[in-house]
Amino acid sequence: MTTAETHKSSGMGKDIAVYVCLLALAALQFVIAYQSLSVRQMFERMLIVAIVEAGLALLFFMHLADNRGLRWFVIIFTVAVILGMQYGWTDSFRLTNGVPWAK
Amino acid sequence: MSQADLSIHGQVSRSQATEIMTAPTFSVPAKKMAMWLFIIADSATFAGCLVAYGFIRNATPDWPRPFHSITNVAVMTLILLTSSLTMLIGVKAAQAGDKPKAFRWIMITAVAGVLFAVLHLKEWMGMISEGATLFHNPWGTPLFSSLFFSITGLHLLHVTGGVIALIAVGIRYRGGRYNADDLDITGLYWHFVDLVWMFVVPLVYLLNLSH
Repeated sequence: MTTAETHKSSGMGKDIAVYVCLLALAALQFVIAYQSLSVRQMFERMLIVAIVEAGLALLFFMHLADNRGLRWFVIIFTVAVILGMQYGWTDSFRLTNGVPWAK
Repeated sequence: MSQADLSIHGQVSRSQATEIMTAPTFSVPAKKMAMWLFIIADSATFAGCLVAYGFIRNATPDWPRPFHSITNVAVMTLILLTSSLTMLIGVKAAQAGDKPKAFRWIMITAVAGVLFAVLHLKEWMGMISEGATLFHNPWGTPLFSSLFFSITGLHLLHVTGGVIALIAVGIRYRGGRYNADDLDITGLYWHFVDLVWMFVVPLVYLLNLSH
């Protein structure tokens, strides 16, 4: 028996429910795009929806919900890398566009 | 007391130590762990591109919003999300030992990927025919075209790679060289491609929709 075969085979019910949720959330992003909001408000709302979508895909489609250790490893590692990158980007942005020394 | 039961540093027996050394990390097989590490690294790549896009967009006052219709991108999103479901069906069939069904659904997933790529290229051709190229943008700053083609191109490259992987792994699975684990690992990559699209659509398309 392969490792994949040892997974809990709970049928497709949960997967289809997650799929429908993802479709609904994707549709919600399109609805937000047609609302009269500022770019910042639109960005914030769409990003929140995208993070929820990604979370659902990670937990159920990619089975992170079944493996607690791997889940925390992936979350901590990815968030640390992305946050580190934000620091680098914001710093370079400040250096080229910030005050007082850039101008 | 046998040799195997001799304690190492007085805490862990030899058999326990061997078990610790050979047990896969997080109970995940090495191949699957390698895919997860690739996914983490690749998510940093996409995050870098999207964050750079965000900063450049924010710093450019006359940022163009050239998209008039969302029909194409909505259909592309539907296809990619549905392909994740078909991938899951294929993997579950493989786990249940139903080889023909698993192969069929993996190939359906690959076809969905091809369809997505065709629609993507059709959209690109439409933009190129309007004068948008990697270094030229008829609607304003050339940075828009550069970022649009770079980010969507990187994603399209991943989709193309995914389709090739699906076909190659599917054929080898049918031939008996690969097992359900290999399909599961390929599925992880495919879901990741889908996951990235969830961020590309709002940031690159929907925020640039003309009202």
